[in-house]
Amino acid sequence: MAHINRENGVAAGRLDPTQVADNFTDLHPEYDGHEALVAADRCYFCHDAPCMTACPTSIDIPLFIRQIATGTPEAAAKTILNQNILGGMCARVCPTETLCEEVCVRETAEGKPVEIGRLQRYATDTLMASNSHPFTRADKTGKSVAVIGAGPAGLSCAHRLAMLGHDVAVFEARAKGGGLNEFGIAAYKSTNDFAQRELDWLLSIGGIEIRYGQSLGDGITLNALQSDFDAVFLGMGLTAVNALGMDGEDKDNVSDAVDFIADLRQASDLTALPVGRRVVVIGGGMTAIDAGVQAKLLGAEDVTIVYRRGQEAMAASSFEQELAQQKGVTLICNATPVGVEGNGSLTGVTFAYTETQNGKLVTLDETFTLPADQLFKAIGQKLGDTPDALTLEGGKIKVDDAQRSSVSGVWAGGDCASGGDDLTVTAVAEGRDAAMDIHATLMGAS
Amino acid sequence: MADLTSNFLGISSPNPFWLASAPPTDKEYNVRRAFEAGWGGVVWKTLGMEGPPVVNVNGPRYGAIHGADRRLLGLNNIELITDRPLEVNLAEMTRVKKDYPDHALIASVMVPCEEDAWKEIIPRIAETGCDGFELNFGCPHGMAERGMGSAVGQVPEYIEMVTRWCKEATDLPVIVKLTPNITNILHPAQAAKDGGADAVSLINTINSITSVNLDAMSPEPMIDGKGTHGGYCGPAVKPIALNMVAEIARNPGTHGLPISGIGGVTTWRDAAEFMALGAGNVQVCTAAMTYGFKVVQEMISGLSQWMDEQGYNSIDEIVGRAVPNVTDWQYLNLNHVTKARISQEDCIKCGRCFAACEDTSHQAITMSEDRVFDVKDDECVACNLCVNVCPVEGCITMETIAPGAMDERTGKPVADEYANWTTHPNNPGATAAE
Repeated sequence: MAHINRENGVAAGRLDPTQVADNFTDLHPEYDGHEALVAADRCYFCHDAPCMTACPTSIDIPLFIRQIATGTPEAAAKTILNQNILGGMCARVCPTETLCEEVCVRETAEGKPVEIGRLQRYATDTLMASNSHPFTRADKTGKSVAVIGAGPAGLSCAHRLAMLGHDVAVFEARAKGGGLNEFGIAAYKSTNDFAQRELDWLLSIGGIEIRYGQSLGDGITLNALQSDFDAVFLGMGLTAVNALGMDGEDKDNVSDAVDFIADLRQASDLTALPVGRRVVVIGGGMTAIDAGVQAKLLGAEDVTIVYRRGQEAMAASSFEQELAQQKGVTLICNATPVGVEGNGSLTGVTFAYTETQNGKLVTLDETFTLPADQLFKAIGQKLGDTPDALTLEGGKIKVDDAQRSSVSGVWAGGDCASGGDDLTVTAVAEGRDAAMDIHATLMGAS
Repeated sequence: MADLTSNFLGISSPNPFWLASAPPTDKEYNVRRAFEAGWGGVVWKTLGMEGPPVVNVNGPRYGAIHGADRRLLGLNNIELITDRPLEVNLAEMTRVKKDYPDHALIASVMVPCEEDAWKEIIPRIAETGCDGFELNFGCPHGMAERGMGSAVGQVPEYIEMVTRWCKEATDLPVIVKLTPNITNILHPAQAAKDGGADAVSLINTINSITSVNLDAMSPEPMIDGKGTHGGYCGPAVKPIALNMVAEIARNPGTHGLPISGIGGVTTWRDAAEFMALGAGNVQVCTAAMTYGFKVVQEMISGLSQWMDEQGYNSIDEIVGRAVPNVTDWQYLNLNHVTKARISQEDCIKCGRCFAACEDTSHQAITMSEDRVFDVKDDECVACNLCVNVCPVEGCITMETIAPGAMDERTGKPVADEYANWTTHPNNPGATAAE
C-alpha cells in the first residue's frame, strides 16, 4: 500500500514518488500505429463533414484521417497544422466531446464518435518526432510585426506571419513561452514538456524572435510598438483574476487556482509541491477542475469543488466533470461562499445554498461549513491593464471579424479579445485569422 | 431442424461444407482436425506424380488485400501442389477415410497430360478408399508453366480428353475443377461434360498481383526482389464465382451438370447463395485459412436456421432455386420503376449519398442547410449507388412505383405490362410485340 501523508495543513510529499508519477501520466495515452489504423478506419469520410464545421480552426478532419488510414500520418499532420499550427496541443486539450466528436456521425449512429482528438495527436506527434517542420517561409516582405504574448493566439499569429515572410518580435511577460499551454493546463494533458517542445518546433520555421520578460505597460507602450513595427497583435490573455471580495480572502493557504496550476506545471519535483489535506476549490470552469483534480492527484485526502449555480451551468464540460468525479473529487453545486474560517490559517469555508428563482440566483439562509486547509479560487480571469486607446467590450478588447481592434494597425485575439470561447483552439484560429488580415493589410490588398 | 446432409454425386457428407483442395487439406493432421471441427468433407491437397515431389519457394507464398480493420478480403498464393511424397499422402488418406467413413474424402489430382500418367495414378489413389476425384485443371501459377493446371483448363479439348481418360480408369465420381482464367466458362464446362465428368467445381483461383512493394519495386509476395502472379481467392472473388456458377447452371447445354461451388465462401449466407445459383455443395478455403476450422460452426448453424425459417427441409430444396431468375439484360423489365427512399429516422447525416449522387451520378439528392438529405424523384434513375455507399444498412431503400402512378422523371405513368429491350422502340433490332 502506498504511503499517504495525512498531516493537517498544507504539506509536501503526501504520496510516494511512484504514486505521484503514476497519477500524472498522460490522460489519453498516445495511439500506437495499429490502434491509429483501427480508429481511422471508422471514419466515414463524410461530405461537408460536421466535425470540420464544428472545429474552430476548420481542420479538414476527414482528409487527415484518410491520410492516416493510408499510411501517411505526416501528410495528415500537414493538413492539420495548415489550419492549426498548435494542432499537437489542441489534440491534447481540446474539449473534443463538445466540438468535433460531439457532431461525429458515428456519435449519432452508435454513441461512439471517431476519436478525432487522439488521431490528430497521432498525426502531429508522428510528424514532430521526425524533427521536421512542414512549412517554409515565403520571401521576406521587409515588414515587421510585434506580437504581445507567446500564448496560443500570439504563437499562431507569429507563425503564420513568419510563414508569409514577415519578421516577428514576440513580447512575452514570463520567462518561458507557451502561455496557458505551459502554465495553465493540467499536467496530465501535456506530459513530457510538450508545450515547450511544441514551441521550439513552431519557432523552427525561423523569423520569430521572442523577447522574454517584457510586457505591455511594463516599459513598452502601444505607441512605441506602433512606431517601431508595421503592425501589432495583442494576445496577452487574461492576466488578472477575479476575487471573492470577502473577509478572510487574505488568509494563509487561500490562493488563486491559476497560480497553483502554474506552480505545479513548473515544479521539477511534484512530491515537493505542498498541498492541503482538505482542499476546497471555488468555481465551475476548467480551471476549477484542473486545480481540484491535480490537488487530489498530489495526495489531498478530500477535494471539493463548489460551484454557485447548477451542474448544467458549469463551464467545465461533462467529460471534465466526470473526470473529476472519477478521480475522487466531490462536486457541490448551488452553493456560494459566505465565510472564510480560521485565525490566521484557514480552517474551513462556509457556504450558503443557492437557488435560481425567476432566472436569478438567490442565496438561501441555510449554510454549511467545509473543513479546509487550502482554498483555491477559480472564479474567472479578467483582462489586466490595457492601453486606454483600446475600446473594450464585455471586459475584453473589442475586435471585429478580422480581429482588428478599435486602434488602426492593432489586432487582437485569444482570451484577451472579444468573441471566442476562451479555448486554446479558438485562440489559435483568431491568431491565424489576424495574421492573414495583417498580411493583407501590409501587402496592400483590401 | 433442417437436414443439412449432403449427397453430392451420391457422396454422403454430414453437411455441404467441404474444405477445398488447398493448404488446409495437405495432411492427415489437418484433415482429422477439420472433420472434428465439423467440416462435411475435404478435397485433399492436389496429388502429383510419384517420384521426387515438387518444391515450393522458401519465401512468402501469400499476398493479401485488406478491408477496414485489416479484414482479409482477398488472398493470393503461389504455392504449388502437395510437396510431400505420394505414398505418404496415400497412406494418410487411407487412414483418415477408414476413421471417418461418413465424411467425404475427395482426391485432387494433377499429373502431366499423358494418358498413361492419369490411368496409372487414378486406380492407385482409389485404393485409399476415397469417395471420388477432382481433376485440378485450375491452378494458374507454377504448375501451369509445366503444362498442367490451368494450362489444361484453358484448352477445352484437353479437358475433355483427360476427363475421358479418368472416367475410363475409375467408377468413382470425377469432378473437373475449372479455371476462371478464361473468357467464357461455358466452353470448359461443356468440355468436362462431354468428357463424361460427373460434376464441375469452380472457381479455381484468378491470376493476380495483389500489390506492389513500392520500395523494392516488386510484386508481392516478393521472393528475393522478384514476384510472380499468383492465384486470387477469398471474399473478393465471390461475385465472379457466383456468375460463372450461374452461367453453367442456366446454360441449356450444361444445365443439370452438378456443380461444387467455390470462391470466397465465408459465411452460411455465401454458401446459400452459391447453392441457390445451382451449386450442390460448396468448397471453402480462405475463410478457414483466415479464421481457422471453427468457422464452419457458424456456417452450419446459420444455414440450418435460415432453412428452418424458410421452411426448407433439405439441401436439395435450395439447390438451383434462383437459377430461373438469372436472365440476360435484354429481358429485364424496363417498366419496373423504383425510386430511392431515405429514412430520416435512420439517417446519420454523413452525406455520402449526396456526394455520390451529386458528383458521380444524377444530381438527384438534395442537401439542406441542416443536413437533411432528400431524393428528387424527377431526377432519380434508381441507380442504387446511394444505397450502396450509405454506411447504415436499411437507411436508404428502393421503393417500387406502382403501375399507374406517375414517374416524376419521365412525366409518364408507370406502365402495367412487362416490356424489355427486345421490343423497345429505340432498339434497331427490336422484334414486333406479339
